[in-house]
Amino acid sequence: MTTTDLAPSTQSPATPPGRRPQQAGRRRHREPLYRRKGSGDFTKPSLPGLVTRYGLLAFVTVIVVGPLVWQLSTSFKGPLDDIYSFPPAIVPTDPTAENYVRVTDFIPVYRYAWHSLLVSVATVLSNVVLSVFAGYALGAMRFRGKIVVMGVLLSTMLLPGEVTVTSNFLTIRNLGLADSLVGVYLPGAIGAMNVLLIATACRMIPHEVLDAAIVDGATTWQRIRHIVWPNVKGMASVVAIFAFIGAWDDFLWPLIVLNDPSKYTLTVGMAYLNGNFQADPRLIAAGTMIALVPIVVLFSSLQRFFFRGVAEGAVKG
Amino acid sequence: MRSHRWFTPWLLVAPAVVWVVVFALWPFLNTVGLSFTDARPLSPGAFVGLDNYRRMADDDLFGYALTTSLVYVVVCVPLLTVLPLLLALLVEKTLPGITFFRTTFYFPVIASVVVVALIWTWLFDSRGVVNQALEWLGVIDSPFPFLVDRWGLLFVAILLTVWKGLGYYMVVYLAALGNVGRELHEAAMLDGAGAVRRFRSVTIPGVRTAMLLISVLVAVAAMRVFTELEVLSNGTGGPGGQSLSLVMLIRQVGQGLNGDIGYASTLSVALFLLTLVPLGAIAFMNRERKTSGAAA
Repeated sequence: MTTTDLAPSTQSPATPPGRRPQQAGRRRHREPLYRRKGSGDFTKPSLPGLVTRYGLLAFVTVIVVGPLVWQLSTSFKGPLDDIYSFPPAIVPTDPTAENYVRVTDFIPVYRYAWHSLLVSVATVLSNVVLSVFAGYALGAMRFRGKIVVMGVLLSTMLLPGEVTVTSNFLTIRNLGLADSLVGVYLPGAIGAMNVLLIATACRMIPHEVLDAAIVDGATTWQRIRHIVWPNVKGMASVVAIFAFIGAWDDFLWPLIVLNDPSKYTLTVGMAYLNGNFQADPRLIAAGTMIALVPIVVLFSSLQRFFFRGVAEGAVKG
Repeated sequence: MRSHRWFTPWLLVAPAVVWVVVFALWPFLNTVGLSFTDARPLSPGAFVGLDNYRRMADDDLFGYALTTSLVYVVVCVPLLTVLPLLLALLVEKTLPGITFFRTTFYFPVIASVVVVALIWTWLFDSRGVVNQALEWLGVIDSPFPFLVDRWGLLFVAILLTVWKGLGYYMVVYLAALGNVGRELHEAAMLDGAGAVRRFRSVTIPGVRTAMLLISVLVAVAAMRVFTELEVLSNGTGGPGGQSLSLVMLIRQVGQGLNGDIGYASTLSVALFLLTLVPLGAIAFMNRERKTSGAAA
């Protein structure tokens, strides 16, 4: 006990005072992560504190990822694996990728994934383009009636989408778009929230830059293309990620619009598989992984933008 | 400086405005209007006054749905206001690998509720892991039918909602914690405040606004719950529809060629009014606080 406590304090004066860590080239002096005895740096946790912290982090990780990992493992379990064993086996003893093929005996899961992808990509494109247009006008242009437009957009933020689904379905049906992917896509083509996020980003563009462009004779389109877009790209990527995940994960609206099982999106198709067939849990697991993996990959690669967006969107909005 | 023709901004905002009017404002007004009629999908229906509202007051299913919403709000709000804060404190410090943990804790948020509910169905199945674990621990003798029991379904659904929401609200808290100065913590430490004391006197006041915001968001989201209960109960809403949520009821009533659009609209109006309650409560609390602050 005493020796471990003493060890760091005897070490630190031993380092030559003249040699600065930076001068040591690549061998940088590493600051310990925890507070040593006698250290005045209160912001660092003590060693037991640090161990507890990592212990808790690992515990939460197991709770959060456990069900997903278990589902992943189930999706690779063969007919010889006992999927009801306890404690649950994470590593399949009879591994197979067969489930990803056999699931198509029940539902055309890859076609459903394609449908979801179509709707999601279309949602991303229209949301990004149209939000940049509207956001630019609202954030950086002066015009009569702007307050009214802002009011209209803001008022819908209080309105949960579930309240209007019945009425929206009547609209879609009257347009002749019931039971079609266009009908699934249409109401989500632009979100008021996205316009407001881009408008906030456009407000940050210095007026002088836009004015200079006007003096130089840039048209509205050129200003959007060369000044607004580079400035709001960060926020636009946030909008894009949110729009994609929102469309990919949506369930209620496609469930209402789509009747024909050959037109289902992935979420509706998965619920259909679960509800209408006595399907092998391994197949359902494979289906859920098909729905989950693309979005996890997308998110992991873009998580930098994502965290910024959630923080900004939730606190300001 | 003004350089654009008067209609340019209008052209730019037109799509957004048209969409919001066609797919949000108009349907809302239409819903309110339809709630006083006996409309069906293929007939506009006749004005029936408050009939639908009277019917709603006597509807057992609406009573169940209201209970579900209430239970959901009462359980979810404290859990999702406190747990994500603790989680945010856990990942707040810059430690090696902390980005990995933050990202990982966010995975449930991006997963589709349908996917998670299917996994949950499997976990809480009568032969599932949870029942086996409970039997092994000796808590129960025979499997508890979570998914065909009114409160069992609600329990599993709420667990799912909380599990899935943790990461989202954690990020909101992280943003709020970033605004709490380190100096305050250091000063409190020098004054000899322990971790608990600092949590109460520095952290909580610093994130108070975020806590209020989150509790409202959670309450509103809890009233809109649909997918969790729909998938877990396989679309039935539990035994006798006792675990129906309001949105599930709206869909059941309004769906199909013979759907009762009028009554579904009435239920939608009720849902809208319910989601206003938490917002009103916060506005009221803020006013109270201001007036009491002025008096003190």
